[in-house]
Amino acid sequence: MAITRKDIEHIAHLARLEVSDAEVPAYADKLDKIIGFIDTLEQAETAGLQPMAHPLQMSQRLREDAVTATDQRDHYQQNAAETTDGLYIVPRVVE
Amino acid sequence: MADPRHTLAEMARLLASGATSSRELTEAALARIAAADSELNSFITVTGEAALAAADRADAQRAAGKAGPLTGIPIAQKDIFCTAGVATTCASRMLENFVSPYDATVVERLNAAGLVSVGKTNMDEFAMGSSNETSYFGAVRNPWDAARSPGGSSGGSAAAVAAGLVPLATGTDTGGSVRQPAALCGITGFKPSYGRVSRYGMIAFASSLDQAGVLALTAEDAALIMQVIAGFDERDSTCSDQPVPDYTAALEQSVAGRKIGVPTEYFAGLDAACAAATHAALDVYRQLGAEIVDVRLPNLSLAVPAYYVVAPAEASSNLSRYDGIRFGYRAAAADDIESLYKNTRSAGFGEEVKRRIMTGTYVLSAGYYDAYYLKAQKIRQLISNDLAKCFEQVDVIAGPTTPTPAFRLGEKTDDPVQMYLNDIYTVSANLAGLPGISVPCGLVDGLPVGLQFIGSLFDEATVLNFAHVFQQQTDWHTLVPGGAG
Amino acid sequence: MQWEVVIGLEIHAQLATQSKIFSGASTAYGAAPNTQADLVTLGYPGVLPVLNQDVVVMAAKFGLAVDATVAPRSVFARKNYFYPDLPKGYQISQYELPIVEHGHIDLTLDDGSVKRVGITRAHLEEDAGKSLHENLDGKTGIDLNRAGTPLLEIVSEPDIRSAKEAVNYMRRIHQIVRYLGISDGNMQEGSFRCDANVSVRPRGQEEFGTRTEIKNLNSFRFVEKAINFEIERQIEVLEDGGKIVQETRLYDSDRDETRSMRGKEEANDYRYFPDPDLLPVEISPEFLAAVKSAMPELPQAKADRLIEQYGLKAAEVEVLTASRAMADYFEAVAASADAQLAANWVCGELSGALNKDNVDITDSRVDAAALAQLIQRISDNTISGKIAKEVFAAMWAGEGGADEIIAAKGLKQITDSGAIEAVVDQVIADNPDQVQQFRDGKDKVLGFFVGKVMQATQGKANPGQVNQMLRDKLKS
Repeated sequence: MAITRKDIEHIAHLARLEVSDAEVPAYADKLDKIIGFIDTLEQAETAGLQPMAHPLQMSQRLREDAVTATDQRDHYQQNAAETTDGLYIVPRVVE
Repeated sequence: MADPRHTLAEMARLLASGATSSRELTEAALARIAAADSELNSFITVTGEAALAAADRADAQRAAGKAGPLTGIPIAQKDIFCTAGVATTCASRMLENFVSPYDATVVERLNAAGLVSVGKTNMDEFAMGSSNETSYFGAVRNPWDAARSPGGSSGGSAAAVAAGLVPLATGTDTGGSVRQPAALCGITGFKPSYGRVSRYGMIAFASSLDQAGVLALTAEDAALIMQVIAGFDERDSTCSDQPVPDYTAALEQSVAGRKIGVPTEYFAGLDAACAAATHAALDVYRQLGAEIVDVRLPNLSLAVPAYYVVAPAEASSNLSRYDGIRFGYRAAAADDIESLYKNTRSAGFGEEVKRRIMTGTYVLSAGYYDAYYLKAQKIRQLISNDLAKCFEQVDVIAGPTTPTPAFRLGEKTDDPVQMYLNDIYTVSANLAGLPGISVPCGLVDGLPVGLQFIGSLFDEATVLNFAHVFQQQTDWHTLVPGGAG
Repeated sequence: MQWEVVIGLEIHAQLATQSKIFSGASTAYGAAPNTQADLVTLGYPGVLPVLNQDVVVMAAKFGLAVDATVAPRSVFARKNYFYPDLPKGYQISQYELPIVEHGHIDLTLDDGSVKRVGITRAHLEEDAGKSLHENLDGKTGIDLNRAGTPLLEIVSEPDIRSAKEAVNYMRRIHQIVRYLGISDGNMQEGSFRCDANVSVRPRGQEEFGTRTEIKNLNSFRFVEKAINFEIERQIEVLEDGGKIVQETRLYDSDRDETRSMRGKEEANDYRYFPDPDLLPVEISPEFLAAVKSAMPELPQAKADRLIEQYGLKAAEVEVLTASRAMADYFEAVAASADAQLAANWVCGELSGALNKDNVDITDSRVDAAALAQLIQRISDNTISGKIAKEVFAAMWAGEGGADEIIAAKGLKQITDSGAIEAVVDQVIADNPDQVQQFRDGKDKVLGFFVGKVMQATQGKANPGQVNQMLRDKLKS
């Protein structure tokens, strides 16, 4: 199947990536090749197989409910682009 | 004096005997990096001062009689492992200025064992690539031929070890990212079973496939480091609590009477010279009394496409956290939250990363989930079953690590699928979570090629044992780029 | 046209753990911004989630309490979407395989009939952070302290047929989670909130009408008002020949109306898939048995037992079992005082005082032992019930224990028949007209005499004794 401009725009939006009009053909071309490649899976016989989400046949380990973290806000916020009074700052979000 | 091709084991002996010091080894490593790396580009960050300080601490420890067997040996960390106080970039503009506030478990354990990190090695951006060309900090060059790729994604680690800058470097292997560059650079690359080494602090590409590994000169060195980094970590839910065996103790076991399975599918379309190198290597085992058995992996051709559904799907989600808010690159001048996201992510990520995010988003999106993601998971089960069937008959599976020796830089960048097919022999082990190793087994047109072993789940010891035995019999692993070995 | 209302509720109950669902950061409410946001909460590169044992226990308790299946195997999935208060760009939740499925609770309706509401599922997930807009120069600030707090999302079947039933259901769930001690249920702090899915259809029609979802209702009153507004709105639209748009709406309590959340209406595609950082949660029969053995008595069972054990009436028991603390208080009083009097006092004076001063039973200014002492003084005729109310008021005001106050204020009942007789004689002598009326057969006048005697003794005369003596003397 061919990837359309609309597909590219939709996926790019879901992934919050900006794809300019000029970039669409290049993306479409490469994604087409990739999707064409993974489309070969379609013919494989998989009846009766359980989907394998994980290589380990283990169950989730549970940790004790205990507070182990200490406040390191100032340290962590050194990596942030903008903070004010301990808050991470972003452009206004309309709710 | 430190020979650039001293192995970890040799350095350990020299340190123990007092013939050298950590300071001397570390200074030598830093000097070699300074001399060679402007061409190789195998390091993103060199932490000279911190390394020398650590070396002095190691020497003091040794003087006080408190040194472990590996205390004071210089190594390098792939720049995907978080290192406290040191830039951790994942070779991405997104994390160009990111300083991790914490150490990855692997880093913590290596530090605790007294190893001295001299810096962070170059890699494909977020480990997405098989050629090291997707790095924001530029491609790494193959020490065997500067016009060629060292492979990827742990290409910086592989090149640094192959060029003798450090005796060992860490790597990560999601679809072959340790074994493939090791093969293309003529060194040993070991990927343990999924869950054997903690993923805590290892920046995620595809969480159900990622596993830390080692790029080394020998299987013995890989075993020595595995002894340090393997084992349970309460901070990683997917880390196994299986007891860690003594890997070095198992190295010398005889292979006589043991069975090596060779999948017939491996040789369809394989470069003739590579096939010849593989067969010659297998003959070494025959002479040692091992039995070579034909096995079948009938679904081998499905492994790469299945991998290129599962890995991008997980990656698309793992990389959503890079939004310019709490850490990492943030695009300037965004008036609203949507443009903050889009501008940041579009400028912060490189082309291949964006392509994989797009692919992953696509295969998970409404209407495609069953056809791609669920289907790929079923095929993952199928491939895992095929491998399990093999291990009912044989001790290990062997074959080539890559379909060709190192390719030229730029040769495959236009066609992502051609690039992906490089992973044909390596991805199955990731899909099934199995341990694998690549050891140098010959030269094709003057370039190294690798022999790969895959073992059953948590049986790293057998894989290391087979690789070590080969290195006791052959000299391929001692060949040096430029022929001065 | 006759319209039938169809409602389903999604209740989010914050689980009362010390630490977050996937990390060791504190969940305490009210801390300075981002001081409880550790590396896992912040979604830092390389960090990984590890599940808190207590959330599994709590979810299992809830499952058992609503007769549900507690899944032997449940799976965490990622719900992918971008929002600034969602640090990883995905929320870890449960999707295809939730931890609790197929439960129900029985509601008692006003007419006394019992209605069963199905609980489709309850699943574990992490809460998001908060966006703040005040004093930030037109920008938005993100506080991630709440992010990663464990939530149990409880999804009902669309079995609810009115706003009143919805509130009834929500109160029952609230009561259950508080009984189980798995959530503090504090609605002001957002620990217990709900989304309501509302639709209407012509009575008799089988298929559901188009529904709207009202988000983030955080009080029982708002639930009722928002749903009622939405029902009216939908009927109006339909009767005008319009169509209901499937959408998310917000309730504005200031204007008492629901509003479409435009802008959030883009088609969401959450791309759920199993979280590869977490493994399936397995609950063994032994684990479940251990949870079961630690289950507290649930509201219905407690109510049945109180009726049986103390001979109380259903209406009283409903008040007494409203919370576990209330029931515990009652039983502590009843352990050393008359049970019926204890029930009367807990439902009456005590509840009144608690409500008036907006105090929780656990912080009551009169504890169970003190109330029991007061009731004992009624039972042993030291004071009358009427005086007891005065004593209680003094106790509530912090003036001391019952005996102390009775002594200090000289409220001990007069039981000396000589003293009472003197007063009775005086009252009879002072009121000849009323004496005549009584003798003419007007029995009611007796109350007049009792009142006079009590007045003269400041209420301290034993009312039974006064009554008897008056009858005897007036008849003679």
